[in-house]
Amino acid sequence: MAETKNMILNMGPQHPSTHGVLRLILELDGETVVKLTPEIGYLHRGVEKLGENLTYHQFIPLTDREDYVAALSNNLAYCMTVEKLLGLEVPPRAMVARVLLTELQRIASHLIWLGTFGLDIGAMSLFFYCMREREQILDIFEACAGARLTINYFAIGGLRHDLPEGFESRVRDFIKIFPERMKNDYERIFQDNKIVRMRTEGVGIISKEDAIDLGLSGPLLRACGVAWDIRKSNPYCGYETYDFDIATGKVGDVFDRYLVRMEEMRQSLKIVQQALDRLPGGAHLADDPKVCLPPKQKVMTEMEALIHHFKIVSEGFEPPVGEVYHSIETPRGELGFYIVSDGSNKPYRLRFRPPSFVNLESLAKMAEGKLIGDLIAIIGALDPVMGEVDR
Amino acid sequence: MTEFIIIMLVKMFVIFGAVMLTMTYITLAERKILGYMQIRPGPNRVGPWGLLQPIADGIKLFLKEDIIPDKASKVVFVIAPAMALIPAVMTLAVIPFGPAVTIMGRQVDVYMADVNIGILYIFAVSSIGVYGIVLAGWSSESKYSLLGGLRSSAQMISYELSMGFALVGVIMMSQSLSMVKIIEAQKGVWFIVPQFFGFIIYITAAIAELNRTPFDLPEGESELVAGYFTEYSSMKYAMFMLGEYINIISVSGIVTTLYLGGWSGPILPPLAWFMIKLLAVVFFMIWVRATYPRFRYDQLMTFGWKVLLPASIANILLTPVFMKIFGYL
Repeated sequence: MAETKNMILNMGPQHPSTHGVLRLILELDGETVVKLTPEIGYLHRGVEKLGENLTYHQFIPLTDREDYVAALSNNLAYCMTVEKLLGLEVPPRAMVARVLLTELQRIASHLIWLGTFGLDIGAMSLFFYCMREREQILDIFEACAGARLTINYFAIGGLRHDLPEGFESRVRDFIKIFPERMKNDYERIFQDNKIVRMRTEGVGIISKEDAIDLGLSGPLLRACGVAWDIRKSNPYCGYETYDFDIATGKVGDVFDRYLVRMEEMRQSLKIVQQALDRLPGGAHLADDPKVCLPPKQKVMTEMEALIHHFKIVSEGFEPPVGEVYHSIETPRGELGFYIVSDGSNKPYRLRFRPPSFVNLESLAKMAEGKLIGDLIAIIGALDPVMGEVDR
Repeated sequence: MTEFIIIMLVKMFVIFGAVMLTMTYITLAERKILGYMQIRPGPNRVGPWGLLQPIADGIKLFLKEDIIPDKASKVVFVIAPAMALIPAVMTLAVIPFGPAVTIMGRQVDVYMADVNIGILYIFAVSSIGVYGIVLAGWSSESKYSLLGGLRSSAQMISYELSMGFALVGVIMMSQSLSMVKIIEAQKGVWFIVPQFFGFIIYITAAIAELNRTPFDLPEGESELVAGYFTEYSSMKYAMFMLGEYINIISVSGIVTTLYLGGWSGPILPPLAWFMIKLLAVVFFMIWVRATYPRFRYDQLMTFGWKVLLPASIANILLTPVFMKIFGYL
């Protein structure tokens, strides 16, 4: 018999379903994946190094460009880390608004995930339905910050601007419409479909122990049945006062990841509702003239405010010497920022722990020995954002 | 004799032209219908309602650079698209679009030929189409093309079987292989009623044979980029697409003829009835595409061999029993 050799297939960085510029080197035996080697770094921009040369305020827009599907979550994680370093108190209105907006961001991010996951396994229409609802959320963001994708709305000490007029009614419209859309347009067309079940159930199983060993977080970990959510285990922004459940799966397969994310959207909507009901009035930015930009009106009329404005914009502020780590639960998992301050106006070292990067390591474990079709579903359910992986 | 040749030539051009026109507009209809199902307008820039879009597409494809990969085996690479297109066109010869009409005092049939082995002819010709795809996949020297070609050939061979078996029921009931005789046999009731089971099997297998969703694995975009025609461009790519859409028409034509009573229907002229039924079948396929995700390769093969094939055999066994009970025999 002739000698047989496995085929090496290079998948990506330009490939329709590698979600950006992920490159996979596959060793294939027929259609079975024997070995999988992910290649990353195609989107590396050296953001962490850039951070060492920017003042603390100047770095916020760069966080938008990490996990660009959930920019607000990144804003929040960074701002909270700096606030922790400074020991800065955020006014209650900003705190509630932050919760509300990041939960909307979670829904928007999961909608993108759901749509592209549908595309990956061939269900085309779902994508457009998801985009329709996401559009509504992006409109809310646009009303708040003027931007839709790289939102850059959170500032150190609170919000960049106050919430816009008509914000409440927009959010209420969304709350009213979304559960019905979820049930009719997503679940009935997708979840109840026999082929979807065949493609997702029992695919890409990862055990609880392996998931913890690999350091997975977010929906991926919760689908294995580990009820780990930083919003519960290490609450920030007052999450301990909201009533919501952690969605967990049983088996840890692709279908469980789907169910977990769907349930998370529902829970997020619940949090949005609660946050909207309790949204207090008052200041949207902390009253610390050394750190937070004064309102424009004051800059125009008061000498002192003008000086503060000039100082903050040109030099920034100087936090105390020390190091700090803070993490939050983004749609993809635990996002943590680590900042070392040497007392100057720029961080001595800035680093972050992107959830996608850590989650991606489980890919080989889940996909080896499976078919190419499974691999596509697994990547889809992993929901990696390459901007965050490569930084 | 000359008269016969002239009539045949005219018919050839008319049918070919009409089918090409229908086909180009089916591509537009597909994009429009998919668009409306997906809450977006679809093509609407070229001409009113995007009506000139197919022409723009044609011109664009025609003007594109024709790339032949360096490592491809060139002769096969060039022949393959033709091998996919020609059988697709050949099947059109036996599809009866309408009954005989009188033009200038002559009896003219609105089909090329009423062969007494019509169905067999269709199967024989359409199975050649798979060679085009296999050779395209093989000659491109691209791994994605190769995988696509392999998937496609395996799929077409396995589904052709159940497709053929599903039709045996119709042949038993009409007791003829001729397409025209089959239409005449449906005078009383369309075969979709007594052969409903066979109809389901046939249309499923036909969608698989056409490589359409949910069986579009050979060109599964998210997996194999574009499958067997990944490396093709310009008119060679267009020829695969032409072949694919002509196949859609001929399969819909076959479904119309064998299960939906062909051209028969009240009030409207036969040709109109034929087109209405044909387009309804096409619409069904587009609808399926908007709704369903894609099978996995092994699930597809399992479905073909373990579900469809036994079902079609059961259909063959049950048809005579049915015919006995309801007095067809």
